[in-house]
Amino acid sequence: MTTYVVRRLLDLVFVLFGVSVLIFMMLRAIPGDAVAIMLGANVDITPERVDALRRQLGLHLPIHEQYLRWLTDVLRGDLGRSVWTGRPVADEILGRLPVTLQLSGMALVTAIAVSFPLGMAAARTRGTRADAWMRVSSIVGLTLPPFWVGVLMLYVFSIYLPTWPSIGYVPFGDDPLGNLARMVLPVIAVSLPMIAALTRILRSSLLDVLSLDYIRTGRAKGLAPRSLFYKHALRNALIPVVTVIGVQAGHLLSGVIVIEQVFAIPGLGRLVIGAINERNYPLAQGVILTATVVFVFINLLVDLAYAWIDPRVEYG
Amino acid sequence: MRDLGRRLLRNHIGVAGFVLCIIVTFAAALAPLLATHGPREQQVVARFQGPSTAHLLGTDNFGRDLYTRILYGFRTSLAVAFAAVGFAAVLGVTAGLAAAFYGGVVDRVLMRMMDVLLAFPIILLAIAVLAVLGPGSGNTALAIGIVYLPMFARLARGPALTVLSWEYVSAARALGASGVRIMTRHVLPNILAPLLVQLTLSLSTAILVEASLSFLGLGTQPPTPSLGLMLSESRDFMLLSPWASIFSGLAILLASLGFNLFGDGLRDIVDPALRGAAD
Repeated sequence: MTTYVVRRLLDLVFVLFGVSVLIFMMLRAIPGDAVAIMLGANVDITPERVDALRRQLGLHLPIHEQYLRWLTDVLRGDLGRSVWTGRPVADEILGRLPVTLQLSGMALVTAIAVSFPLGMAAARTRGTRADAWMRVSSIVGLTLPPFWVGVLMLYVFSIYLPTWPSIGYVPFGDDPLGNLARMVLPVIAVSLPMIAALTRILRSSLLDVLSLDYIRTGRAKGLAPRSLFYKHALRNALIPVVTVIGVQAGHLLSGVIVIEQVFAIPGLGRLVIGAINERNYPLAQGVILTATVVFVFINLLVDLAYAWIDPRVEYG
Repeated sequence: MRDLGRRLLRNHIGVAGFVLCIIVTFAAALAPLLATHGPREQQVVARFQGPSTAHLLGTDNFGRDLYTRILYGFRTSLAVAFAAVGFAAVLGVTAGLAAAFYGGVVDRVLMRMMDVLLAFPIILLAIAVLAVLGPGSGNTALAIGIVYLPMFARLARGPALTVLSWEYVSAARALGASGVRIMTRHVLPNILAPLLVQLTLSLSTAILVEASLSFLGLGTQPPTPSLGLMLSESRDFMLLSPWASIFSGLAILLASLGFNLFGDGLRDIVDPALRGAAD
């Protein structure tokens, strides 16, 4: 296991290096003079202003030196300054990150909490007419665009429950109930595809495991059905489910970034879209870097959980 | 291949998906013939209307015919999805085959590059590419294509390695067949089935990603009709008339659903090991 973890961490260093190079190149790859674009129409573009911003961004140095300088800054937690507000990008991101994490975390927990009983119940429908129905509805759930579900729910709530606070965000510390009430709709919209995916995989995985010989043996030697199911079948059936949770976590994050736009939730998604629309490239760069690094570590956790649950994973 | 068609016919879900794909594709291709109005034709007196005989699905805030705009929206959606998946499949499979065939440094460098692309959350990578290239349908296709590259590279490399170890490939090599010939004539046909499944499923998700990006305002730009953009704009007048929101989202769902059902049916057929497991 230790060798596996070490190897996985080495992979991680390489991947993070690649990610940092790509994101660093982002600012440099923008056609035309990114600096002039960033100065925008709001101020007079004087050569002095352009020059000052170029120096601030370190654009006068050779490219590899720029990268090294940028990387050392990033590792020290300095992601540069927002072009418009002048505030450190890291501060802007830290203010928004908890919002996105709360929404994603709640959606993830909801998806797991709903899909487990559903998947287990669905495993009992084998061979019935419900089979095909199950399958179609899970595919419909998978392709259901969260932003559409969000828009429709907003409409329904604005007509039938106009007092419900469905838009915006308040910190949990300020108003716990208000915070949770505003999370309900976005969490539903974002978790639906994941519920569909998890229910389906759990069901088929359970059916596979339940048809194996050792379950029959267990039944033959008189194990209580309940313990047979929970202790012997479910644990083995979880292995493919963990893989799907990993894959779906990525889609979930994508869903969250878009849904923030629907419900006016001030998270990383709104921050990055706003930054790109304002051509605030250092800010956009910082958000994409932060979210990707968080995502890389989530994937690492999923891989480690997988190795932990399934002893057959090769650690070599 | 004929056998495949026969087995597909017995798979009802796959057939339903296939039919839905055909309908959507035809609607997109024949949009100018099927449309009852011009896609940008505005009738200010007929704004915010519900479905009627004059406007099958109603009208939007400019009095534009929703049925017509959805047909043209399918066009943009499918064009972007096909271009993106085509780009990703051709380049990704080539990279995967090259990695498998040459091995060593080529393999390591290519696949490590794919790992880096895979490290990004899908939508963020697409957003980053669009931030650099600027919005528009073409750039959206390119962005989604880049996002899907590594999936096809991985899906080609693994099975290609297996096929390369088969004896008849060694025989072909011994007879002096070139690398390109071995890969295209001997390896590719053997690994095509899972690639086709992935291709179909990718079309389904590409339609959703295109809609998301256009919804965010980074994808297709007005006045080009786009389903994601329609949904985004319709939010402003939803309380006056919800039809634009309902139908544009439903259109996204149907287009994506067709390819997903079809791909799901295909997977059942080409991968007997998975049959029963997935249904």
